[in-house]
Amino acid sequence: MSERLTLITGRTRKQAIGMHRGKSSPEYLEATGFVEMNADDMERLAIPEGGVTRLSTADGHVELRAQVGELPRGLVFVPMGTRINALIGVETSGSGMPSFKGLAVEVALAGEPGGAP
Amino acid sequence: MLGILGGRVYDPQHGKDGEVGDIWVKDGRVVAAAEVDRGRAEVVDAAGLVVMPGGVDIHAHIVGGEVNAGRKMRPEDHRGHERARSGTMRAGAGGTVPSTYATGYLYSELGYTTVMQASAAPLVVRHTHEELEDTPNLDNGAFIVMGNNHFVMKAIADKQPERARDYVAWLLGASQGYAIKVVNPGGVENWKWGRNVAELDDEVIGYGVTPRQIVQTLAGIADDLGLPHPVHIHGINLGRHTSARTSIEMIEALDGHRVHLCHLQFLSYGPGPGHVHRSEAAAVAAAVNARPLVTVDVGQVIFGSATTMTCDGPLQHRLHVTTGGRWINDDVESESGGGIVPITYKASNPINATMWLTGLELFLLIDDPWRVYLTTDHPNAGCFTSYPQVIRLLMDRGYRREMFDKLHPRARKGALLPELDREYSLGEIAIITRAGPARTLGLAAKGHLGVGADADITVYEEHDDKEAMFARPRYVYKGGVLVARDGAAVADVAGRTFSVAPPYDPAIETDLRTFFKEAYTVSFDNYSVLAGGAHTEQVACG
Amino acid sequence: MSPVVENVSCPFCGCLCDDISVEVEEEAIVKVKRACTSGLGIFMDYDARPRRPLIAGREVEWDEAVAEAARILSAADSPLIYGLSSSASEAQRKAVALADRIGAVIDSTSSVCHGPTGLAMQRVGEPTCTLGEIRDRADLLVFWGCNPDASHLRHFSRFSLTPRGTLTPNGRADRTVYAVDVRPTGTAKKADHFLQVDIGSDFEVLTTLRLLVKGREPAADTVGGVPVARLQELAERMKTCRYGVAFMGMGLTMAAARQLNVAELFTLVAELNEYAKFSVLPMRGHGNVTGADQVLSWTTSYPFAISFARGYPQFGPGEFTAVDMLARRAADAALILASDPGAHFPGAAAAHLDRIPTIVLDHGPSVVAAKARVLFPTAAYGVDAAGTAYRMDNVPIPLKRVISTGRFTDEEILDRIIEAVE
Repeated sequence: MSERLTLITGRTRKQAIGMHRGKSSPEYLEATGFVEMNADDMERLAIPEGGVTRLSTADGHVELRAQVGELPRGLVFVPMGTRINALIGVETSGSGMPSFKGLAVEVALAGEPGGAP
Repeated sequence: MLGILGGRVYDPQHGKDGEVGDIWVKDGRVVAAAEVDRGRAEVVDAAGLVVMPGGVDIHAHIVGGEVNAGRKMRPEDHRGHERARSGTMRAGAGGTVPSTYATGYLYSELGYTTVMQASAAPLVVRHTHEELEDTPNLDNGAFIVMGNNHFVMKAIADKQPERARDYVAWLLGASQGYAIKVVNPGGVENWKWGRNVAELDDEVIGYGVTPRQIVQTLAGIADDLGLPHPVHIHGINLGRHTSARTSIEMIEALDGHRVHLCHLQFLSYGPGPGHVHRSEAAAVAAAVNARPLVTVDVGQVIFGSATTMTCDGPLQHRLHVTTGGRWINDDVESESGGGIVPITYKASNPINATMWLTGLELFLLIDDPWRVYLTTDHPNAGCFTSYPQVIRLLMDRGYRREMFDKLHPRARKGALLPELDREYSLGEIAIITRAGPARTLGLAAKGHLGVGADADITVYEEHDDKEAMFARPRYVYKGGVLVARDGAAVADVAGRTFSVAPPYDPAIETDLRTFFKEAYTVSFDNYSVLAGGAHTEQVACG
Repeated sequence: MSPVVENVSCPFCGCLCDDISVEVEEEAIVKVKRACTSGLGIFMDYDARPRRPLIAGREVEWDEAVAEAARILSAADSPLIYGLSSSASEAQRKAVALADRIGAVIDSTSSVCHGPTGLAMQRVGEPTCTLGEIRDRADLLVFWGCNPDASHLRHFSRFSLTPRGTLTPNGRADRTVYAVDVRPTGTAKKADHFLQVDIGSDFEVLTTLRLLVKGREPAADTVGGVPVARLQELAERMKTCRYGVAFMGMGLTMAAARQLNVAELFTLVAELNEYAKFSVLPMRGHGNVTGADQVLSWTTSYPFAISFARGYPQFGPGEFTAVDMLARRAADAALILASDPGAHFPGAAAAHLDRIPTIVLDHGPSVVAAKARVLFPTAAYGVDAAGTAYRMDNVPIPLKRVISTGRFTDEEILDRIIEAVE
């Protein structure tokens, strides 16, 4: 099953460190390659800790390993970076700023039916 | 080499009041005729034209953090005032807070060649110098604010004026500044507690010193160090109905010292009926007239759009509360503060109308034109592009009367201005816009056309309408290079920044390192390169 | 004995910590003290070996690269210059000179960071202060939609949470700290009070606080997931503090209401000044994005999103902001200065950079560098290029040249390109 949840992206310490090593470095890929989710949401979607999870919007999709994070229900967090940007649209509401936070995304365990946009 | 021949020369410093004469230029300076090979000089026929030194603006806010915040805040100020690039001249935008390139070109188009940046906090003076580098066609300098400086106030509290003196000398050198500036002494520090000062003997919170002590100490230091320009003071109570009284008290408190009081119009009010202040320009002018060591610039209000920006934090907050205008505030650690609020002055507003009257009365009641200078405290009372309008008001009492009649009736009632018949002559205008400011600034090569002067020369066509005359000079030369013709900038030349570096006891640096750890969030070594290697020209002290 | 350079400024983030010491051995950095883990890489991971410029991945001489860059920019109808914020102000000024010369659009990373903050400042103003005022006076701190624990690692210890200042001699104990965010971040854990806001509800919470400050009562018991009683407590504290400071970040600028969120916070802070001294400090991210704002404002009078296409500066957020320019395919060439929109822009915008010729100036590898038509390997500002950068509170900080590598600076290369397009 899949659900529409809300995505926020943001800075982490490891993402900054990884950036200096280069955007194809193992440090950067590891630092930007996961999605943090609320434990109840994971349970409801049958996503285990470390489970490959598909996030998608009309603009794109990405598969990342899920880990439990301190988040309220309905919110998922992915560190800012190359992979999550595939999902972010270019609509800026006349401000220049895309929706890097508060974007609706479809979330499902990878390979599950209903996970595609 | 250049010869400007046969014009009517106004060079008050040398007693020339319109006599026909020739000005010869070589290597950027005015020279004697004999120095020039006439066969190879470019000759400009100035017959029938008025020739003056380039304008000298003793107080304007044109560069630095505060000005830039004003630019950024007001995109609507610039739209419709854009300037396209042209040759090597850069694009920009005007309005009341023009971008740096536009500022330089606009001043050239008015015939001004020297402008002093009215204030700079030392912690951010590097920004001021960067912007000056991007301001063409103007020689310049920056006044360094010190009237709410923690080190200075502590030295006063500890009764160690020599320590204050060494610090001030060090600070001027490190910041590559030109003069000591004071803004609402003690009041800006109190604003960091949400308060202000109202009397010269009020206490500064945490220091126990008073505005009186601060200005007396700094005025004494300016004189002791032999700085080319006196202490430059924006006093207490700006805008309030107590300001005339406290301005006069401050003049008395500084008896015996050279002092320059800036935009005095804003500090010359008395209580009036309702909430409308009255002009007390007569009393303030009398106090100025009685003391030959006092010079002032007026800060004349111009009806229309303006942007208030000063280091006077509590004043700017009050303006925000009373006008509802957008408000920027900036508290600067250990040194200063300030704020920005856009404003529109209207003849139909009795308070604004009174402010307008006050400025003109100061001009007309201060007897000695060598001690009163034309400014609009740009952009606080109006944009510098309105200087020609002020000139017309001073030279043409009929025009003055026309404008007076349009004022709100409450401001007109009982006003002194209609009784003041005086009209400034061209020679007097040359004094208040060139010769006087240059002399008080201590810039020996500015404001005159004698041999050795910088070849900053403005040539005007004479008109009955003096605003039209001064708004569109025929030729403007900066260092002998033509920078404007027929009211349009034609060249882009680098300006020079003047600075002072008076001597100080190097032992002060040990003191400073300790002070720094507590007072600042940048290292002493980084603060010491405040100006970041700005290329300035030192003017001697003493 | 290796020379140690003291008082070095780390150019990574808006803190611009200038107390770093760097030990150098034969023009290589061997040790760095006091830099945080985010800044350390700037010095230690920098591969400073001189490199040749590349055209389509092929090494060329400098003259050829400059000529090709000039050709691309001169031939373009609608060139875009983007980035700026990891570059010194001296180079930023050259970027504007170039944009002016060729009639380009010029935009900085502000547009995807604190652009909305600038738009808010244009609407309502901004009561602010320098970091020393915060350290010395602030007894109430409110971190709203920002997480310095992850983004500005020494902010807490140097400026806000724990340092001892003249009026805060007991450090942390002299401060009451709030965090307002959609999830419990590292910053929230260091706060005394955490208010968890429903995503997309900051505006309502801010408006409610304004009402409470004015002594009015909201109709609801809960707003945006926050009990009004807790907001009432916060309002009381804000009105009675000695010196309050709100810090704000991407939680407000990137959320749906963007500049409206920020304007509401700025208005709240301005209104609080009727009761208590209160300031707001935007947590500027990149090391010199504040400098980019300053430089663009003084040279053009606008802070970002500027077009010189008509020969004079025009301000157009939403039109001339880089994401919009690229998404609409409105740019037909791009010069990227010390930035990686290839990595940080939404996919569809970044994709347009693959379609147009790009000129990249950068000191290291990046997504856009790998795909550049012309790549200039430059000195890294603050490491082997000196200059000026502006801290998040607008204080200009000198950057040192710690090692000499023979690399050209951004400024030098831009100068050559300007000359070549003339």
